[in-house]
Amino acid sequence: MRFAMAVDTRKCVGCSDCVVACQTENDVPIGYCRDWIVEVNDGTYPQLEMEIRSERCNHCTNSPCVRCCPTGASHYSDGGIVLVTPHKCIGCGACIASCPYDARYPHPKGYVDKCTFCLHRVKEGLPPACVAVCPTKCLTFGDTDDPRSEISLLLKKRKFKRLIPEAGTNPNLYFLI
Amino acid sequence: MREEHIISGRMNPLVDPSLNIWHWQIPLYLFVGGVSAGILFFAALYYILGKDKETPAAVRLAPLAAPVLLVIGLGALFLDLNHKAWFWQLYMTLRIESPMSWGAWTLMVITPVSVIWCATWIKELRPGWVWRYSFLDDLEVFFIRYRSALAWIMLIFSVILGVYTGILLSAFNARPLWNTSILGPLFLASSLSTGAAVIMMVAKSHAERDLFSRIDLMMIGIELFMIVHMFMGFKASTQVQIDAANLFLGGPYTGVFFIFVVFLGLLLPAFLEILEMRGRKIPVYITSGLVLTGGIFLRFIIVYAGQASRYLY
Repeated sequence: MRFAMAVDTRKCVGCSDCVVACQTENDVPIGYCRDWIVEVNDGTYPQLEMEIRSERCNHCTNSPCVRCCPTGASHYSDGGIVLVTPHKCIGCGACIASCPYDARYPHPKGYVDKCTFCLHRVKEGLPPACVAVCPTKCLTFGDTDDPRSEISLLLKKRKFKRLIPEAGTNPNLYFLI
Repeated sequence: MREEHIISGRMNPLVDPSLNIWHWQIPLYLFVGGVSAGILFFAALYYILGKDKETPAAVRLAPLAAPVLLVIGLGALFLDLNHKAWFWQLYMTLRIESPMSWGAWTLMVITPVSVIWCATWIKELRPGWVWRYSFLDDLEVFFIRYRSALAWIMLIFSVILGVYTGILLSAFNARPLWNTSILGPLFLASSLSTGAAVIMMVAKSHAERDLFSRIDLMMIGIELFMIVHMFMGFKASTQVQIDAANLFLGGPYTGVFFIFVVFLGLLLPAFLEILEMRGRKIPVYITSGLVLTGGIFLRFIIVYAGQASRYLY
């Protein structure tokens, strides 16, 4: 099992609904966020191109954050989801510095916090909160090890890119282009 | 033109707009840890070589600074933690992949060993010293008998401590400036140089001061070579590493790096040491002080600039 997410950059309108849904679902402290929207504008008028991406932790297969964690608080959970165990985390910040996507932040309570792919919902058969609320249905969550899953079929059909693959992290967020 | 920005207003404290998770605590620790590694390395080395009579400052006097510096460093590391009450989790596991984990264990070994080392020499440094409790006398006799074992432990762990402060940073591939394997040897050379500077300061005989002045000069030479080598490597590497090098070659860290590290911390003390070798009288506090200042600036600049260096994004 290998959980991953596909983000359709052709459908995303950058409404930030995923950001708010995540903050509500996961009780993210005020002023923080686990997912965010990046807008890329390329070219000069009138030859302009725009790409909008809903981004979050890439739940990398080769996670630098798991590798550098001195206590084992950062670990791989079900389906390769990268999680932090708060009562093992000492808040040293090594994982925050190690993430090329800047996907982690120190929670005001001291431990490091990040996107969990809403594992608590996934275990109940529900999609992550951001996926559930997306009004354009641009987010697809699923198991890439299963060749018949929706995400696997989508990745076969569409062209995609991943962010900073040259950092050697083997990320599991796919951006359909 | 290409513009890329976060439009959902992400402003996570200590992460945005650019990484700012490590402040003065980490570079201070890297510096004091490095100085103690240097001091303990020379103490162990000259004891093992059987030269503790010729180099009393290196073997007996300077190591007194090491436990103090290590405790300051440990205190700084503790202050750096955001989840302080769980710090003991560091010692519930040993994770070989994580330099921070084996660094923590190295500190756990070298700090008590450095205290014991100092205690075995205390009666020679302070004649008439009396232990308050008699079991300490027994312990002293025991450890004096195994002094060479202590020296070997110190020799090995001081090298690990000196090199680990650099490896800790170089393990982060997300920060291109740190992601160079030369950082470990560079910090080790700086550790030995700053350690030698402390020994120079406390040495009473001219011969010993001269010896460590020469060692320091050699270390400065090695550091200069490695700094040049580091930038050459960056410049010949990928775009992110070219950008990392440019932080120092025209970017915001150029002035502070070349003035405080390269000129005041390396070239000037090297020049003063050469003058001294030729017979001029240079106050040792100036030379040593410059070397130590250079060492502390090197750590601060590398830690801060590294957090400013990132992947194209």
